[in-house]
Amino acid sequence: MTITATSDQMQSPSRIRRVFRYLRRNKSLGFGLIILLALVLFTLVGLMVIDPKDAYPLSAPTRRAPSWAYPFGTDFFGRDLLAVMVVGMWQTAFIGVVAGGVGTFIGVVLGFTSAYFGGWIDSVIRVVCQILTPIPVLLIQVVVAGSLDKRDVTIFTMALIVVMLAWMAPTLVIRSQVLTMKERSFVSVAKLSGVSDMGIIFKEILPNLMPFVAAAFVGQIFLAVFASFYLAVLGLGPLREPLLGNIIWLAQAQGAFFNGWWWWPVAPSVGMILILGSLALINMGLDELSNPRIRKSE
Amino acid sequence: MATLLLIARRFGFLFVVIWAASTITFFIPRLSSVNPVRERFAELARLGGYNPDDLERIVASFSKQFGLDRPLWDQYVDYLGSVLRLDFGYSLNRYPVTVTELIMQSLPWTIGLLLVSTLIAFLIGNLLGAIAAWPRAPGWARSFSTPFVLFMGVPPVLMGVLLLFFVGFRLKLLPLGGAYSIGLVPEWSWPFAMDLLRHQVLPALALILGSIGSWVLTMRGMGITIQGEDYVNFAEHKGLRGWRIFKDYYLRNALLPQVTGFALALGTVVTSAIIVEGLFALPGVGTVLINAIRANDFPVIYGIVLFITIAIATIMTLMEFLYPLLDPRIKNQ
Repeated sequence: MTITATSDQMQSPSRIRRVFRYLRRNKSLGFGLIILLALVLFTLVGLMVIDPKDAYPLSAPTRRAPSWAYPFGTDFFGRDLLAVMVVGMWQTAFIGVVAGGVGTFIGVVLGFTSAYFGGWIDSVIRVVCQILTPIPVLLIQVVVAGSLDKRDVTIFTMALIVVMLAWMAPTLVIRSQVLTMKERSFVSVAKLSGVSDMGIIFKEILPNLMPFVAAAFVGQIFLAVFASFYLAVLGLGPLREPLLGNIIWLAQAQGAFFNGWWWWPVAPSVGMILILGSLALINMGLDELSNPRIRKSE
Repeated sequence: MATLLLIARRFGFLFVVIWAASTITFFIPRLSSVNPVRERFAELARLGGYNPDDLERIVASFSKQFGLDRPLWDQYVDYLGSVLRLDFGYSLNRYPVTVTELIMQSLPWTIGLLLVSTLIAFLIGNLLGAIAAWPRAPGWARSFSTPFVLFMGVPPVLMGVLLLFFVGFRLKLLPLGGAYSIGLVPEWSWPFAMDLLRHQVLPALALILGSIGSWVLTMRGMGITIQGEDYVNFAEHKGLRGWRIFKDYYLRNALLPQVTGFALALGTVVTSAIIVEGLFALPGVGTVLINAIRANDFPVIYGIVLFITIAIATIMTLMEFLYPLLDPRIKNQ
């Protein structure tokens, strides 16, 4: 019952070929994936080559400018910034995927319940989303992170804080999609032929919704990485960990630019720009893929 | 009558939002095991010698003075009342100073930075976006907006670090931070004003470059939609000049959705501005917040968060009343 059935029949070039051809057309998706791939390679190779302990204080001589021995330099506290970048990227990816995954999952479940069953459940979920939307999520996360004992803040709690208020957007997107999908004829046919509610949700609606779920997932990863970065830059991150935002916060607190240690804040900033930039590009590309209205003609 | 009802409903919703935000900032800290007062005094105690009994006594007397030993429900009701009066209590760090005083001292800096940078980004972004969507614009003008779209995913604070590095550190064109040069005394004079302005350029630029992209993108999308409309075709066949179509058909129609977008983006814009302020050590709300976080000054953290939330929700509500002025098709039914 999925739409791809027809396009499979007229497929002549191989599948991979077609994917590449599409990526050449959808430039933002292509570029985003290339940058992301490069970052993943950097992190994986880095994790094999470097010693993760070097990302923590007192493991290297302090305040060295970039050189062959320390390509990104070392900081005031004796961290090797190359190791910091590798471990920091890994932790950022962890936060993003955990928070993004949980947020999307909650969103899909709530969106489905809300749209498919309607009634008072729908009203409750909608009103809660409406009330929470004008409240700046990042500020509430500041309250949550600030209330925790500083020793309790780890990479994992960081991901949970981020996800706590990040399920509204996917809920609303999925809800509106299910609402339109519900009225399509194939759902009515399934309903009339006696398929159960769960059967319709999982076999009929969900497969057609996958592009939107994927787009919501990437969007949530972007938001999660963004939010955890902001919290860390404000000094609310797990202070011991070499999260990229933490490093920028430390560098600023020690007056890195005033003292001439320019490499200290610049290295994590460039890393973060690449991460967020690639995610934003992929997000735009997926929008184009899942929304044929703005799809460019060849 | 109907209009009055609508206004009442909007303000009712505003109160619900403020209530929700205050409830969150009231209960979340109390769910946590951290006692802000003890945390703060334990920190002071670590700096000098102390007697554990005395510490407990100080904490107990402080809790009594601020009513922290009373039933939770009483505290909650009191708290809601004081929020409505914009009274967020005292700073633990600089005790006799209230949180509201701290906010009021720093607010003009934040508002100034936000207002200027947002207006410039809004104007430039929308203009570039409209040009990019306009088929009659020359090619170079249409591709002018591409770099800004690429900057879109970059948070302003990272833009700030790069600007600090290239413009401030390498080229030494602009100062590295602070509100004015060390050694200058604030006064109403031309040199001081220039110095002040020089210190504001990089933070403003960081915010502008970070937010132009989204205006370009939405405006371009809007422009492309409008192109296909019959009334635009009609205007072209009528022989109206390019500028006239651009101004009265493109910009005018895209204005309303863009203002809505502006209201929605407000939360992100304000948070970005706060963090950028912290990076550049401007004496605005952001720096107060970062210092409070560093010093475990909990009432200040919660007060600033709540204040900004209330401000944003209020501005969003007020902006909704602007719609009928911008678009004559909407007459608040």
